[in-house]
Parts: sequence; C-alpha cells; structure tokens
Amino acid sequence: MSAHAADSPAAPAPAMETPKRIWRERSAMLLRSAPFVVGMLILIFWVLMAIIGPWIVPYGADDTDLLNTLTPPAADHWFGTDQFGRDVFSRVIVGSRDILIVAPLATLLGTLVGTVLGLVTGYARGLTDDVVSRIVEAFLALPLLILAMLVITALGASNATVIIVIGLSFGLVVGRTVRAAVLGERDLDYVAAANLRGERPAYILFVEILPNILPPILVETTVRLGYAIFTVASLSFLGLGIQPPSPDWGLSISQNYGLIGGGFWWTVLFYALAIGSLVVGVNLTADGVQSVIDA
Amino acid sequence: MQDATAAALEVRDLDIAYRVRRRDRQVIRGLSFRIGQGETFGLVGESGCGKSTVALAVTRYLPENGRVRTGSIHIGGQDALAMQGEALRQFRTRSISMVYQDPGRALNPSIRIGAQLAEVFEVAGVPASERMDRVEAILGRVRIVDAGRVMGRYPHELSGGMLQRVVIAMALAVDPTLLILDEPTTALDATVEAEVLDLIETLRAEMGSSVLFIGHNLAVIRRMCARVGVLYAGTLVEEGPTREIFSHPRHPYTVGLLRCLPRPGLSKHQTRLDTIPGFLPTSLADVKGCVFAPRCGLAQDICHTTEPPLIPVAEGRVSRCHFHEQAPNLPRTTPPAPPTNRKKIPAFRPVIRADNISKTFGSAAAPVYALRDVSVEIWPGETLGLVGESGSGKTTLAKLLMGLTPPDEKGIIELNGQKLAHRATARQPAELEALQIVFQNPDAALNRSQTIRGIISRPMKKLGGYRGAALTERLSGLMSHIRLAERYLPMRPRQLSGGLKQRVAIARAFAGDPRIVVCDEPTSALDVSVQAAILNLLADLQAEQGVSYLFVSHDLRVVRYISDRIAVLYLGRLMEIGPAEAVFNGPHHPYTESLMAASAAEEASGQLRLKGEIPSAMRPPSGCVFHTRCPRKIGTICETTEPELVQREGDHGIRCHLDLDQMGRTVTVEA
Repeated sequence: MSAHAADSPAAPAPAMETPKRIWRERSAMLLRSAPFVVGMLILIFWVLMAIIGPWIVPYGADDTDLLNTLTPPAADHWFGTDQFGRDVFSRVIVGSRDILIVAPLATLLGTLVGTVLGLVTGYARGLTDDVVSRIVEAFLALPLLILAMLVITALGASNATVIIVIGLSFGLVVGRTVRAAVLGERDLDYVAAANLRGERPAYILFVEILPNILPPILVETTVRLGYAIFTVASLSFLGLGIQPPSPDWGLSISQNYGLIGGGFWWTVLFYALAIGSLVVGVNLTADGVQSVIDA
Repeated sequence: MQDATAAALEVRDLDIAYRVRRRDRQVIRGLSFRIGQGETFGLVGESGCGKSTVALAVTRYLPENGRVRTGSIHIGGQDALAMQGEALRQFRTRSISMVYQDPGRALNPSIRIGAQLAEVFEVAGVPASERMDRVEAILGRVRIVDAGRVMGRYPHELSGGMLQRVVIAMALAVDPTLLILDEPTTALDATVEAEVLDLIETLRAEMGSSVLFIGHNLAVIRRMCARVGVLYAGTLVEEGPTREIFSHPRHPYTVGLLRCLPRPGLSKHQTRLDTIPGFLPTSLADVKGCVFAPRCGLAQDICHTTEPPLIPVAEGRVSRCHFHEQAPNLPRTTPPAPPTNRKKIPAFRPVIRADNISKTFGSAAAPVYALRDVSVEIWPGETLGLVGESGSGKTTLAKLLMGLTPPDEKGIIELNGQKLAHRATARQPAELEALQIVFQNPDAALNRSQTIRGIISRPMKKLGGYRGAALTERLSGLMSHIRLAERYLPMRPRQLSGGLKQRVAIARAFAGDPRIVVCDEPTSALDVSVQAAILNLLADLQAEQGVSYLFVSHDLRVVRYISDRIAVLYLGRLMEIGPAEAVFNGPHHPYTESLMAASAAEEASGQLRLKGEIPSAMRPPSGCVFHTRCPRKIGTICETTEPELVQREGDHGIRCHLDLDQMGRTVTVEA
C-alpha cells in the first residue's frame, strides 16, 4: 500500500448498474409490455410460415384446379379458391415468403446507408452537410411511391431493384435521424478527447460515436420495417414489385381485385388481412422497443 | 387558517423512500427539525444526502415513485401531508415559495417578466387593475432599479443574477410562511453570488421571512443561516447554531467536511488536504449501527452495531455520535506533509508559451473578441491558475492551447520552443501526447459505451505505442498511481461515482507522458470531500512526474491552493499575472481585488462589491475594459486609454493606470 492509501476508495462504489443487469431489466420490461409481446407473436407466426409454409399447406400454392374455380370459403378450401382454382389459404401462407425477404433487406440497406450518411453529415457539418442535406431534402420532397415507380420503370422490376430503391430512399430518412443524434454527441468532450490523441475521423465516427447512438437507430429501423412492408406490397400491387408467379400478397390482390365486383371477396380480403396483420405486428413491436428505450 | 405562533416548518420523524425496481429505497430516515418564525435554517450536505428530497417533500412535489412512509410535515401549523386538491393548491400558493438553483429554467422563456410576475398576483386574487403596480413594487423590493424596463423583457434578455432576483421577487410576492432556497447561488458567478446573498439577507431582515436554505457550500451556509442541520445519507447527524457547529463541530462527518476545504491562503506546498475516505452507503436498509461508521476514523465496535441517538451536546445542539466529545480529534486520513518534489526538471525555457494569441468569433461585421492579445508561459513543473468571471475567456484560452479551437492567425503557440499547429488535428503525435486535458464534467468527457480499460488503454496504444505485455504493465502502473482499483477496469463510466470518473479522466490524460495538462474546472462538479482527494492527486502527480498544469477555476481558494502563478482574465484581456502569493496578497488589480472580495463575501457581508454585470464582448468598453465596473477608477484616462500590462515587482504584471501604492492589498491570515 502506498503512503496515500487513504486517498483511495475504501468501499465499493455505489449504484452498481452493470451492463448485464441493465440488459436483463430491459428484457424484462420488454416482456412485460403487451404491445411488444403481441407484435412479436404475429411476427414469429409469419416468419415461421415463410420458412415451413410450403410443407404444411394443404395444397400447392400454384396448383390449379379448373373444376373448382372461385369457390367460396368452405371446409376443404378454408379461404376459398381463385379464378384458376388455386387454394387461397395455401397462397396466403406461402405468399409471406417474398415480402419477408424483400422488406427486411430493404430496411437493412436503408439503415446501413442512413447510418453512414447521418454520421458523415452530422460530424462534418459545414459545406458537406449543407450540400448533402439539400440533396436529401430534394429527394424527400418526392413521394416515395412516385420516386420508386420512376426508378423501377427505368431499371426494370425485380426483387433486387425493389430492395435497392426502397433501401436508398429509406437511407435518406434514417440519415436525418442519425444526423440529429450525431449532433447531440459531436460536441461532447469525449469526442474532443479523441481528437486530442490524434484519432482519425472514421475511428471517431464508428468507434466513439456510433455505439452511443444505437438506441435511436434501432427504433428508427423497426419503424422503417413497417413502412417497408407497406411499400413493397404497394409496389407489388402496381406490378412494379414482386413479380408473378409468386403468390405474393400485394401481387395477388392486384390480380384479383377486379373480381370483388362479382362478389368474390375472398380472393382479395385474406391477402389484405395478411398485409395488415404483418404491418400491425411490426409497429406494435416498434412501439414496445421504443417505450423501453425511452424509459 | 394559520397559527401565528406555530413553527414555520416542523418536520418530525420523516422517512421517505423511492420505489426503484419494485423495491423501496430509503432516502430519508427519521429526520426531525424545526424552523421558528423568522428563523433561517440551513440544511447542508453533499450530493446524494437527500437534501433536495426534503425540499420536494415539503412542497409536496415528490416524484411519482417517492413516498413519505412515516412522519409529519407541518407548515405554519398546517399538516402539509394531509392536503389534497384545492387545499393543496392554496397551500402552494400562499404558504410556501421556492427558489431553485437555475433561474433560467425556473422562468417561462416565452412570457415577459412583468406578465409572469403578474400571474402570481392573479393566483393570489389581486384585482387586475392593481397587479402591475404590485409587480413594479416587488421588483423594486429586490433592488431592480429600472423595474418598468425589466417588466417588458423576456427571460433570455436578462443576466443570470437579474433572473435570480426576479425569481426571488416571485417567491416573495405572496409573503409566504416558508421560503425554500435550494442552492440559490450555485449557478452564479462569485461576484453575482455576493450581490444575491446580500439581497437575500436584506430582504429577510425586512420581511421577517422564515427560510429553509439548502446548500452544499459550507461558506454560504455559514454566512446566511442562524441554525444549521448537517445531513449525511438521509440522516441528520448534527444540528445547532451555525457559528458553533462550524467552529466546534461535534460530529466526525462535519469535522471531516470542514477539513476538506482549502483554507484561505493555503497552498499545496504547505500541506496536503484532508479527505473523507470511502463512499455513501449503497443501501440505508443494510445499515446496522451509525450510518457514518464505515468512513469514520473514530469508529469503535459499538458504532457498527448500535445507532447513536441525537445526543444533546450543548444548549440547542445535538450530535448523532457515540463519541461526540472526541470528534474534533478525528485522525487525519492523509499525511499532512506535502508531496516532496522528487522530480526536478532543469528549466531553461517554458514548456508552453502563447504569444499574443487572440480569438475572434462571429463575422467581420460583428466581431466578438473572446480573447485579445494574451501572452502566457508555463514553466516545467509549475501550475498556472486561470481565474475570471464566466465570459472572461478562461475556457477559450484553454481550448486555444489544446488546439480544439484555432486562434486568430497572428498568434503563436510554442511547445518546448517548437511552434505548434493551431489545430489539434494537424499536430504531431508527440505534441498531442505532451499536451492533455481534464475536462470539467467527466460524464461528457468519458465515452459511456466504453469500459474504463478501453478509455485508458486507447491513448496508451495511440500515443505511447504500447502493446501487449508492456501495455498491461503500463496500465496497472498508472491505475495504482491514480489510486484506482483494477477491479474498475471492466466497468463502464455510469457504474462509477463522480470522483472515480474524474480519476479515470485524469488517468486518460496521464496515459502517455504529458508535459502539461490543462485542468478545466476539474473539481467544480464534485463534492468537497471528493474535490480534496482530486486536488491531492493532482499535486502528487505533479511532484512525481514534474508535469505542468494550466488550472482553470472560479474557486479562488482552490486556485490559490494548487497554483504557483496566477493569471486573471477579464473580457478576454489579461489583467494581472504573477506569483500566486503576490496576486493574492496584493497590491493587486482592482478587478482581482473585487474577485477576492466577492469570494470572501460568501462568509461575511459588507465587503467591497463589484457592481453590475460583465459587459458584452461585442461592444467592449473603450480604454480600460474594466472602467465601467472599477471601484478605483481614476478619471477619464481610464475611459480613453487602455493601460499596458506593466511588470511591477518581480514577475508581477498588472494592467492598470494606478500606481502600486494606490492599489488594494489583501491580508490573508495564515491559519
């Protein structure tokens, strides 16, 4: 012991908030939040269906039965059949596959692009920020669907195009959220301390600042996922998203909506309900995550 | 209604708990005290002792998870805890008023001062026609000269001191039974604090208000309060007449607290500061005996098993200590001998030299001169203290030296005789290593997502080039120097107390081999007992490693303790610079004299007062920038000609037209 041992703390520091404990508390709060639990259950259901759907459905999604076209919901066809005699129930279950690949990938791309964009504009400020921000605002002034339609018409529709178009345009929105979070961090003294030991800007952005702004990025991502599902379904409905012969929900609605007038409501309603339930599930989850992060 | 003979505030056996994670956490236990009519009672204690919780409970503003478990609070004879609905609203309107620490946040930024004060009278039922006259009268009462003009202003247009006057006016408007002042001057500059304390003292005498004064500043409490209660970990440990408690404390905690303060005139070369070891108890529920026993140098077996009652030790005085007679003999926890200078550096040139540096913010059309032609040098192993009111340019100078803000083109900064780039990003690794900083607020200065190990070892790798085993060795060596246990290494900043966090920040600055460390108010966010330990640490590190400090602080006693030389800034100009003793004893610049008077005013009234606020740096006064507030102004020469910084005796430079024998002197009584 040194001569100044008395200067050193004699007892353990108070208020032990270990990361593990915080994590456990946050998880417990999440599981106590009703919106989160319900939302997660819906999400888990659809993800499960997307994975094992083709093996559990009673009929093949593309199997036609021309003797039984447009039959209303009944015991052997729970959701009825469409104009080619395909089983609507089987198509709704299997139809979750494409949208559950395209929408999350688009969201992921948007988050990545937005995070980099926000970090750079928020940290650089000055001319870089001004120029980039004005360009972002110009793009955001256009409604997303119109922008997407223009680009997809020019490039040709495919899952990859949809992911890129939605991902990039979400990147602009996410970028603004991230930029605001960076502005709150960049003038804190720990950033000055990093500069004073000669850290490169990339290190400061990704190692010093990024870990501190993950919570708002996480919330933004879950919210964006809801929008992505909705947008993918809309594009597919317009014929610009997921392409036939997929049993995709949006696509199926566009193929069948002309039949509603004839009273064949089951050929549209169940796809619409599927889209709705997925969007509601994602948004409930997002609400739960946000309330826990804000707490 | 109210009983005229009842105590203004009577708190009995108060027990408060906060519900945290579905468990009750006790914060106040068995608290009793009484404030008589017209009496001023001080509640003093360090952060976390529960003093603000008491104020919240008295005003019935405990947060939702807070609960009074047992006990009673009576204000003017009324049971404060029983009130509900309209009765509670009436009670808050008429019986109590509160003045908070930050006046800027106590006022609504979008309502004019006059209208805001009128609201108070509206609630009190004063007819609309009379309200504005009443507002003007009450503003006059708090010595606001131009009341009519102030009423038309928005809060952001007034200075901090003026705002606090308005808040005090608001609190006194309804002549409350009890006035609660919660750290009313903590956010203010010493010069402004002195004025506000004078005002509170005068008003109390005029209006005969009963006051509960909450604070951590012992000097302010000593001056303002007739009686004082010392709160430690939610427990009242000592109570009695202020004068007696502060001159002859009878509880080891009070004794320790008073010893932590650097006494006037004391310097690091004379003695090490005493500290209070250890921490507040984590949970009051687990405390068996005396709540202070784990940190007490006098504790015996009985102290750990049996809680002492409040024992009467004299007329009107109680102490919660089994051994209160021995309390003044509390053994020191640090050796009194100052650190001996083990590492002497032959000094033939300053380690850092700033020559004529200036900083102008804003545009060419509307320049703001934050710093004008300042030249300072700091020699190896010495501490240069930097003092001045807020807005004087202290932090700007620190940032310029560090390269965090580039100075105006013409200035030169040299490190060991080598010219330094103006921006930190353009400086060499060796230069960065030599020049480090400890910031004021460790919460912002430490990255909250990194571990202590990461925070301290990164600069070792980056600046010192340490790797592998050498890094581990260097890390544990530094940890023992900073007196941080190695078990803190895997933790994150939020798991540490404020003092420990500041140690980590100091460790980071010393991770390389710094030659000069800028300390920007490193202890002003800390409690006095922690401050003492940090000042000891800085003094020890300096003695061991021969490092130099630029020590920025508004606390003159701290600056006096730690500094070898002192520089005084006003409106971005260097007004005085010289050896600490010469600057403090005088003859000194009238501005320095005023600062010292304001510092002394924490303890006594009737000193020389600095009038008004620091002028705007956008329109600095002509001639000597201090002439508008100078108590020793000679005449027109002060308004027309800016005096030179003239070397007087030895190294002592003063920027003033006065002759030496016309300047003030301060005689500090060496304790």
